[in-house]
Amino acid sequence: MTRKQRRLAMIGGALGVLGVAAALVLFALKDSIVFFNSPSDVVEKHLPAGSRIRIGGLVEPGSLEKGDNLQVKFKVTDGAHQVAVRYQGILPDLFREGQGVVTEGRLEPGGSLAADSVLAKHDEKYMPREVVDALKKTGRWQEGEMRTDAHVVGKDVVGKDGAAKDAEVKKP
Amino acid sequence: MTPEVGHYALVLALGLSLIQALVPLYGAQTRDVALMRLGTSTAIMQCVFVAISFGALMTAYVTSDFSVANVFENSHSTMPLIYKFTSVWGNHEGSMLLWVLILAVFGAAVAVFGANLPTALKANVLAVQAWIACSFYLFILLTSNPFQRLARAPIEGRDLNPILQDIGLAIHPPLLYLGYVGFSIAFSFALAALIEGRIDAAWARWVRPWTLTAWMFLTVGISMGSYWAYYELGWGGFWFWDPVENASLMPWLAGTALLHSAVVMEKRNALKVWTILLAILAFSLSLIGTFLVRSGVLTSVHTFATDPSRGVFILCILIFFIGGGLGLFAWRAPLLRQGGIFAPISREGALVFNNLFLTIACLTVFVGTLYPLALESLTGEKISVGAPFFNLTFAPLFIPLMFAMPFGTLLAWKRGDIYGVTQRLMAAFGVGIVAVAAALAVAGVQHVLAAFGIGLGFFVIFGAVIDLTERVALFRRPLGTSLSRAVGLPRSAWGTAAAHAGVGVTLIGIVCASTWGTERIVAVKDGQTVSLSGYDLTFDGMVQRQGPNFRELAGRFTVSENGQVVGALSPSKRTFSARSMSTNEAALLSRGFSQLYLSLGDANADGSLAIRFYYKPLVLLIWIGTLIMAFGGILSLSDRRLRVGAPKPAKVKPTLQPAG
Repeated sequence: MTRKQRRLAMIGGALGVLGVAAALVLFALKDSIVFFNSPSDVVEKHLPAGSRIRIGGLVEPGSLEKGDNLQVKFKVTDGAHQVAVRYQGILPDLFREGQGVVTEGRLEPGGSLAADSVLAKHDEKYMPREVVDALKKTGRWQEGEMRTDAHVVGKDVVGKDGAAKDAEVKKP
Repeated sequence: MTPEVGHYALVLALGLSLIQALVPLYGAQTRDVALMRLGTSTAIMQCVFVAISFGALMTAYVTSDFSVANVFENSHSTMPLIYKFTSVWGNHEGSMLLWVLILAVFGAAVAVFGANLPTALKANVLAVQAWIACSFYLFILLTSNPFQRLARAPIEGRDLNPILQDIGLAIHPPLLYLGYVGFSIAFSFALAALIEGRIDAAWARWVRPWTLTAWMFLTVGISMGSYWAYYELGWGGFWFWDPVENASLMPWLAGTALLHSAVVMEKRNALKVWTILLAILAFSLSLIGTFLVRSGVLTSVHTFATDPSRGVFILCILIFFIGGGLGLFAWRAPLLRQGGIFAPISREGALVFNNLFLTIACLTVFVGTLYPLALESLTGEKISVGAPFFNLTFAPLFIPLMFAMPFGTLLAWKRGDIYGVTQRLMAAFGVGIVAVAAALAVAGVQHVLAAFGIGLGFFVIFGAVIDLTERVALFRRPLGTSLSRAVGLPRSAWGTAAAHAGVGVTLIGIVCASTWGTERIVAVKDGQTVSLSGYDLTFDGMVQRQGPNFRELAGRFTVSENGQVVGALSPSKRTFSARSMSTNEAALLSRGFSQLYLSLGDANADGSLAIRFYYKPLVLLIWIGTLIMAFGGILSLSDRRLRVGAPKPAKVKPTLQPAG
């Protein structure tokens, strides 16, 4: 092969691999991503049953029911609408009524969610950003809501930018 | 007083970095040797001052000086001493201080070990290093000062986040930062070469040990983080394709590509521009990783509360260095003399193949990590991209890469003989096929993909072994000759073989644990027995325990196999009073390379206890494989020709300044 042919072969090969990768990425983006919805979105958008979604909001106080075989039912609310969630398994340590939660699963006919994963915050002050946005939309979120306990002592320093001092390292 | 000393020392380090950022650079332009050499002493002094600063913060933590806001928020007087040390970086401010400490240590290491670098190159490298240091000192001093005092000192601190009260915090972040920050050296060398507009094979020889060092730390850092998440989060998963994990994987992929392309540059004086680009990219991805984690723009299992205003500052640093680095690259790279082009079937061809697949795999991770962010800012739509995406994109790219690995090491430079290599790899093929057949026979045909995964793992491991046996001509020459050849074999050859075999070991672990792992999530009552994969787990009741700063409710379980008791498991839930937070401590029992994993759920009203019980076959191979990879790195690094700072180019070109 001449120099030029070699160069062309190499560039062609590289583009080929890149093309395959791009096709895979596009295919995967179409099929394996999950959209995030607030409870109001679920109610208003009339999403088809069987679609895979994530919803976030607060666990409605008084809605948690525990059944046999680790069956759990609870409702996720953004203040305007609720979505019933069914889950089998162990809830995260920081799962509480009235606290933020993100859950993922399939929509069932009737608008409830059969969840296969439930994520709760794992820092007493952290609220998933999606939940904050969902609550802001319905006016349930007040700026500074999360700072309650940062002011207890030493507010001279901590008060200015709120609770958010409690950043972490990299890993849980 | 001590915190003020720390604060002042950090300001002094900033001052020194400003001098180092400008003077050696000016010296290199004007060929003033005295000015160029200034960088050496400032780099060492910077390291001293940052160390003083770090020591001051550590002193505040160890003595529980709650008048310092940072200590008050992240420490508690009853915390065990080890966690008082580690909680220094168990928070944003302190971890940034650790970041600059490591940066300063690397800078000083270049100053000390780089005695035989050309003076101008060294001056430019240290200057670029100082730009990075300078921007991060400013970041800490302006937005995240760890030495801020409280007007009234509280009596007790608010405790470190309980999830971080673990030995993992002592190991994982420092190693990860050593990796991230270590790539800054490659970045500085790349920018220095662009500033000079000149680069040669010797440059690659100087860069390689630094890249290798960073790569080793990053490998172990990622791996230890994965093991920490595995036992601490209580889900039994070892990799979640979480944005923060991806943030550390991307520099690793780029860094691995850089290691390999630097070999081509050193041996064949080719791929120069590409190597420079990779060096810039590896550190840029490290910076992006820092940004993603520190700014809190992504929701992840690792995210804790963060302050968005800091994100903007880091974003500016990011834009300055990545934009500046790539801009300089676009402007100056055409000046670099291009190396030759070469035959596709050759060692260098195989290394190009490696680079192609690694960078494209890195690109898919990049897309998967940042696409949700881009989509949200453009359309407001929120999505999550998880494991299914990466299984579909990343895995298909890694399979050909691993398959090509044994070929690459056996191919000769310049013109390789693919048929000869295939013949020599026959034994490895054989082992791989036997492994596939054995896996199919044991697990059944429905696990055909997993069986091929295991076969690929064995092929890679035995390919690495054959690489060594071929080099020492085992069985083809008398054993004595082979032995003496083995002794004479460069350490880097052993290192390559070990690192490649480690990849195979990790692959086998991943395939086995994720395919044949079993789990049971059940509620158990006192005395009840649960069976899983041949093991019987008996619940013997609960005990209350009191730890130094927590109360613990532990379950007692006995594990037996075929009626024989093989061990006990005691998972627990800890409640930390200072933060009224609880953590889940999983219990692990290793059986060979496999593990039994048990974590507790909630106690139910009827007195039963929810548990998660997993059997993870060969799961330990995942981390053992990464340790073998890092060990390969150490072997390579101990190679005489690669020792940090030691190598001298065979012929010093007349254009280069004499060493010194």
